[in-house]
Amino acid sequence: MELFKKYPKLFQWIFLLIVFFALCFAIDVPETYKFIRGQAEFVKDPNQSTFVFLGKEVRYYAFDVFWRLPPLLGWLPIWINDSLFFLMNDWMPMEFWNEDTQEYKTRPLVLQITRNLTAFMTFLIELIREILLGGLETIVAFTSWDWIDANPWAELPGLPWTIVAAGSAILAYKLGGRGLAIFAGLAMTYISIFGQWKPSMQTLSFILVAAPLSFIFGLSLGIAAFKSKRVEKALYPILLVMQTMPQYAVLVPALVLFGVGDHAAVIITMIVAVPPMILLTLLGLRAVPPEVIEAGRMSGCNNWQLMFKVLIPTARRDILIGVNQVIMVCFSMAVISAFIGAKGLGFNLLLALNQLNIGLALEAGLCISLIAILLDKMSLAWANKQVDYFGNLNFFQRNKNSLFFGLIMIVGIVLAYFGSIYFKDGYNYLFEVPHNKGISTADFWNKGVDWIFDTFFVYIKAFNTWLIVEVLQPMRALYLRMPAIATILLIVGAGYLIGGTRSALVVCGLTLFIALSPWWDRALVTTYMATFGVIVSCIIGFTVGTLCFQNKYSTKFMLNVCDIFQTFPSFVYLIPVMMLFGITDTSVLIAVIVYATIPATRYTIEGLRSVPSGLHDAATMSGVTKFQRLFKIEFPLAFPHMMLGLNQTIVFALFMVIIGAFIGTEDLGQYILKALSDKKGAGIGLTLGICVAFIGLIFDNLIRTWVDKRKKHLGID
Amino acid sequence: MSEPVIKCESVYKIFGENAETMLKEANGNVDAKTFQENGCIVGVNNASFEVSKGEMLVVMGLSGSGKSTLLRCISRLTDATGGKIFIEGQDLLNLNNKELIDLRRNKMGMVFQSFALLPHKTVVENIAFPLQIKGINTEDSINKAMDMVKLVGLDGRENYFPRELSGGQQQRVGIARSLAVEPDIWFLDEPFSALDPLIRKEMQDEFLRLQEKLQKTIMFITHDFDEALKLADRIAIMKDGIIEQLDTPANIVLNPATEYVRKFTEEVPREKVLLIEDVMDSTTTEDIGDLKVSKDEIIENVAEKILTQEKTVAVIDNSNNIVGSINPTKIINTVFGGRKNNN
Repeated sequence: MELFKKYPKLFQWIFLLIVFFALCFAIDVPETYKFIRGQAEFVKDPNQSTFVFLGKEVRYYAFDVFWRLPPLLGWLPIWINDSLFFLMNDWMPMEFWNEDTQEYKTRPLVLQITRNLTAFMTFLIELIREILLGGLETIVAFTSWDWIDANPWAELPGLPWTIVAAGSAILAYKLGGRGLAIFAGLAMTYISIFGQWKPSMQTLSFILVAAPLSFIFGLSLGIAAFKSKRVEKALYPILLVMQTMPQYAVLVPALVLFGVGDHAAVIITMIVAVPPMILLTLLGLRAVPPEVIEAGRMSGCNNWQLMFKVLIPTARRDILIGVNQVIMVCFSMAVISAFIGAKGLGFNLLLALNQLNIGLALEAGLCISLIAILLDKMSLAWANKQVDYFGNLNFFQRNKNSLFFGLIMIVGIVLAYFGSIYFKDGYNYLFEVPHNKGISTADFWNKGVDWIFDTFFVYIKAFNTWLIVEVLQPMRALYLRMPAIATILLIVGAGYLIGGTRSALVVCGLTLFIALSPWWDRALVTTYMATFGVIVSCIIGFTVGTLCFQNKYSTKFMLNVCDIFQTFPSFVYLIPVMMLFGITDTSVLIAVIVYATIPATRYTIEGLRSVPSGLHDAATMSGVTKFQRLFKIEFPLAFPHMMLGLNQTIVFALFMVIIGAFIGTEDLGQYILKALSDKKGAGIGLTLGICVAFIGLIFDNLIRTWVDKRKKHLGID
Repeated sequence: MSEPVIKCESVYKIFGENAETMLKEANGNVDAKTFQENGCIVGVNNASFEVSKGEMLVVMGLSGSGKSTLLRCISRLTDATGGKIFIEGQDLLNLNNKELIDLRRNKMGMVFQSFALLPHKTVVENIAFPLQIKGINTEDSINKAMDMVKLVGLDGRENYFPRELSGGQQQRVGIARSLAVEPDIWFLDEPFSALDPLIRKEMQDEFLRLQEKLQKTIMFITHDFDEALKLADRIAIMKDGIIEQLDTPANIVLNPATEYVRKFTEEVPREKVLLIEDVMDSTTTEDIGDLKVSKDEIIENVAEKILTQEKTVAVIDNSNNIVGSINPTKIINTVFGGRKNNN
């Protein structure tokens, strides 16, 4: 009884677990139940039950409600899909003037809007692309095809690669100094020499359109949310869901609305990249000291002046960190949106992975990562750069970078001109190195992969079999063996014990949505893969983080490694694992583990770092040993921060599990991938995406509530 | 003297959702405790006072006493919940947004505790900021700002960024910025509280020098009683939103109105605060020595001279008329004895 009084929480948890297991054992697996694989679900089966809601027929296998809830939300995807089609094809038809055919045409309003948006995006992308690579679409947009036939000189020639490379080096020098400039120059030269110029510039042009647009939208929405509580409240749930929504899932509805191609990819990228920009804008504006705002008011600023002359310049750094985030999301999307036909490195990467040409995939992946790291470093340098004062410099000093770039332009053009004389018959290497003429290392890598496979095949296979048979299959079976009612009870109980009624209600709602969707089993498989990944990642990340923290240099080194790894677009992680483990669940899980270990390690280190140095000194003066200090001081205090890391680890793991569908899994991600090629997939894709987002949000809610309480308890911010 | 520059009539500031209805129901009898039970926090409670032209009113109080809130009501950075505020006869609370901006652009300047400089602008750009906001072109505003840079003694550093300056220098920029539009009314919100003691003293002297030259109407907020005594024409002491006493420094030291005020005055070295005028006998006796002291001298400065006299010393005014007398015993009583009497 005394023990009970001393640890009431502990006993409540034990009680919850006892009830959970009792339910698991009490409810037997129904005899008709089996995990349905692949396409079998779409076959009409006389054993299926049906119900009709809102005129949509839903078919499902009925079980005892304690075992699996009926998919009462099964009509939702169909309904979303039908609504989308109705909006696109039948809602508010109007007369629109068509430029090409010179006549009025009847079109639904939404279709017209999306088509206009599409045309605008296409124009922007083509404009940038043609500046970098040359072409005539932009000129045609202002004139006509006939005109360009008559005036072939007007075609944009595109910039020689020498100019782009030198230009980026100058920009890098201006932002981050000599080291960054050398890196920029080398990266660009590498891309050119290895024949990846064209796809790289396509990807770059995509990002140069998507990132600024996302920035503008994110900034304006952030400002709106800052100004009005109502806007913030309206945006908040969307931001929350978008944070955990897998990027795949957004592809499908966008496909219906905007079709296939770069323009659709830009719009999707904006949908994904705007939320973090909004959050960081809001964060930055909130962090402006109130006295600075008052000083602005007392200087007689009106609202407009206050925003643009006081608030935004003061919040500059946070806003620029937002730009950095936007760029990173854009890269990630540049690869994923290859699924809906965006051109560039992502497309090549996807193609190569599909053909299992690991060498080619590696080359494309390397180029993407190089550009990503470069832009990441440049935008961070920009954020951290202090404003300079130019008033006392002369014209040359003030404009030396522009002048230098002008010089480079001339030299580049002259070089390209000489190149066209020198390489008279073949390709002008000083202008652009074509794809098949660059140095290719693909064969080398492919041979390497073959060699690894030949040499280590036995071991890899043995490991693979062991992992799947001994660990993964049993774990999956365990997850699927849980009766729905027991799972829901466990989650809601945990919510109640951690955060009281409010938390319990929130997680209950989120769980019920998944349980009532037709994909509860899939969600369990997703969760099982994510759980496995998270556990292993946490063990690795925690150990590595703690070990690295013992030394100042290794700490710094590890944080840098984390930075660089985080810059890689998530898809790139699939290349090496496919190289080593082929197409199995193991590959996906290893990619998940590698990807999710980054936040686990980073937050462990940052958590340990956040322990105040005063406490260190106090502990040392009390005569603690290294281990005592670690276990009695540092871990307890760093634990809340490390739990936030766990939160991130879960989000990262979920993302990678979903992306792993590309290799072949049997979870929600696979269905999202399937929805991509399904004409009626929009509703399914979106609902699946929401399911994944909700899995993330359940954990997010539980962990965050716990951390907030714990921090309050420890008295740290 | 004509109309007061700042005039407050029972100003209330109450934070909370139904502050206004509660204030109405309270009928001018606001009790902080009752309000707090109903979820409202009383910031300023029935503040009435006037500040006349060229006067420096120092509002002194500990943190949470409502002194900053009072200042923000008068600069209308927050809207007062009740009462009336007049700035040069204009009803402040009835101004529309445009009139308010006009008032701030031309009549008011404010200095902040944390300096509140714009990090992306240089010293001279920061000072020129209010001028540019007003719509003055770049060249004129920079020229004017350069005058201000000289006024606060930052010449040669005009192209520095705030991050490159020390705290004292940053506050000089803050002061220069608040003076750039040549305001009539000058608000200072704990301007020297964030500075080191030595720098603080230097800045106080500098501030007195500036005020001698500029003769602004000033409201100065501080939590430092010594600072208040040193600078003020009159001091308002605040506690829990209520002005406990509003008087000249000498009167506050000699006649504290409440127990709370008396606690502050206890430790004050009187000889540094009181003038001869405050302690002299206004009657003159026959037995007067040769030494004459001005009535406006601080006791500390003349105490030694007076104490070496055997006879009573004559006190004179500006035009050399004898207006009273003071004897050494009186000085000793004031400096050492007075405190005991009060206990």
